[in-house]
Amino acid sequence: MSTVVLLAVTGLGLGGLYFLVASGLSLIYGLMRVLNFAHGAFLTLGAYVGYEVGTHVGTGSSWPGFALMLVVGTATGAMFAWLTELLLVRRLYEREIEQVLVTVGVGLGAVALVSGAWGADPRPFPAPRWMSRTTALFGAQIPNDRLVCIAVAAAVLCGLLVLLRRTRHGLIIRAGVENRAMVEALGIDVRRSFTTVFVIGGAAAGLGGVLAALFNGSVAPGMGDSLLIFAFIVVVIGGLGSITGSAVAALVVALLQQFTNYYAVSGLGDFMVVLALAVVLLTRPVGLFGRTA
Amino acid sequence: MAARAPAGRRGAAGLAAATAALGARGASGPTSTVGTLQLLTVCLLVGALAVTYDLLFGLAGLLSFGHALSFAIGCYLFAIALDRWHLAIGPAALLTLAIGTLAAVLVGAISLRVGGISFAMVTLAFAQAGSLLVYRNFGGYTGGEEGLGVNSARLPGLLVGVVNTKNLYWTALAIAVLVYAAVAWLSRTHAGRMMAAVRENALRVQVFGVRPYVVRLIAFVAAGALATLVGMAYLLAQGGANPQVTTPSFTLSLLVMVVLGGAGARWGALLGGILYTLLDQRLAVLASSSRITALPGVLRVPLSQPLFLLGTLFVLVVLFLPGGLAGAINRQKAVAGGGGTGAGQ
Repeated sequence: MSTVVLLAVTGLGLGGLYFLVASGLSLIYGLMRVLNFAHGAFLTLGAYVGYEVGTHVGTGSSWPGFALMLVVGTATGAMFAWLTELLLVRRLYEREIEQVLVTVGVGLGAVALVSGAWGADPRPFPAPRWMSRTTALFGAQIPNDRLVCIAVAAAVLCGLLVLLRRTRHGLIIRAGVENRAMVEALGIDVRRSFTTVFVIGGAAAGLGGVLAALFNGSVAPGMGDSLLIFAFIVVVIGGLGSITGSAVAALVVALLQQFTNYYAVSGLGDFMVVLALAVVLLTRPVGLFGRTA
Repeated sequence: MAARAPAGRRGAAGLAAATAALGARGASGPTSTVGTLQLLTVCLLVGALAVTYDLLFGLAGLLSFGHALSFAIGCYLFAIALDRWHLAIGPAALLTLAIGTLAAVLVGAISLRVGGISFAMVTLAFAQAGSLLVYRNFGGYTGGEEGLGVNSARLPGLLVGVVNTKNLYWTALAIAVLVYAAVAWLSRTHAGRMMAAVRENALRVQVFGVRPYVVRLIAFVAAGALATLVGMAYLLAQGGANPQVTTPSFTLSLLVMVVLGGAGARWGALLGGILYTLLDQRLAVLASSSRITALPGVLRVPLSQPLFLLGTLFVLVVLFLPGGLAGAINRQKAVAGGGGTGAGQ
């Protein structure tokens, strides 16, 4: 029983990380039809700048230091996403393949820059000591960092839902996902929402970067891209453009991965995820929560 | 397209002649040029692989993120057939080619049922599954992160050892010419014209009574089979299989090569592949030179990362040079030759 709880909570934590990456990807694709290959780089940069601040200020292992790392990581992701949109993606408006290509280039370059600046090897991540302790939950000893990942991801999910459903910005974004031409015909400049969506996605990825570093206990240049592959799968399974879909798919994918890896052969979980993607796409090409266009 | 073909043929011939001449110099020269020859061998094979990717992306308009899978099957299965199953080089090559083609048929048949970005994702998923299979080293077949060395005792003596680097070079050149000719031939057949038509307007092709699915599948299988062939030569050239070639980022680098050189122009893809490999290697050498290591950190860090420079170059080409290098050269020619012969852009 305790193993099941531990696996479930770890799976939920991992699902939280997937969600933080996938939510931005999904919104960006839903609104702009851009498959953002630079998203992993936003995450990696957020993690590294957060790490740098944490170690240099010397407060990384205290609570205020950790909060600072989260804020800095989020801000870095948002900033970098904003620059990418402003300087590159915006210039290629309506040329979707070129937009994807530009994000591929940014992703390659940024990750290379990170390995140049901080080295290609993983570095241990400073975290408050409480994070590596465990909490007893239903008879299982749960590492606290898992719980933090779940809590933060849940908070981001709530925040995004409030933003999308309760604000005017959110209304425009939702309407734009559904029918961009119609929104433009009503005299609203959807392009302004593109920037908003890119910045929100970048912020979530940057936050996800610091949490992924906490989850793994280290920062590494490849961390963003390895999460990105699974985040893509989550986005497609959940349905492109749907936040709820991303959240549900993130949990399904992470739990499936955790349980298969533990109870069957280690490594088989990753295959199951790929298989799940193939099955979903072939039976329901728009994804679980996607709408047929 | 039609106006561009003669320029393309001349370009490809020139490119092949230039590499062949460089190679011939290396082949007859002292052993110090073995490194150069080895580099040219890899350049030619990566260039040929880029040409097969261009068949998918440039000609048929299929944005696949799983092309590395076919190439990796060529590398790994050939090594396994030689070493584990103790086949002679001929049967091993035939078996690998057959399985690689069959895998392309299967993956293509499934993933082409969805289009656009979903197609890209399914191919990515298949490639990722292949990559996991190699990295997890099930049954000890693939050697995991270590990669897989090929037992030189199983190979003909002419392809083994530093002395015979030139034979590997000629093999690579032959493969590159073969792949280039095959793709050039295919794009001039009826099926090839249909591929271009499907890329431009699938609905219109359907109205003519041709199923776009079948046309795309032919492109996918042809590109996959040729990539498997290049993969086998790559195994011989490198003396082993590297798990890096199974990853989705390897496919991304193919995409970068093709776009740099010019998607849709075969010789552009070849040029892109050769240039990318050369730059990647030369920039890495440059990075460790004293001219770079003496620089202050702000300049040293970006300049010491080949992928950063290549990524930046790529972004600049996408932004300012539509059609890549081939497009730019064709435009130059069109300007020089007067307005009459358009560059077909």
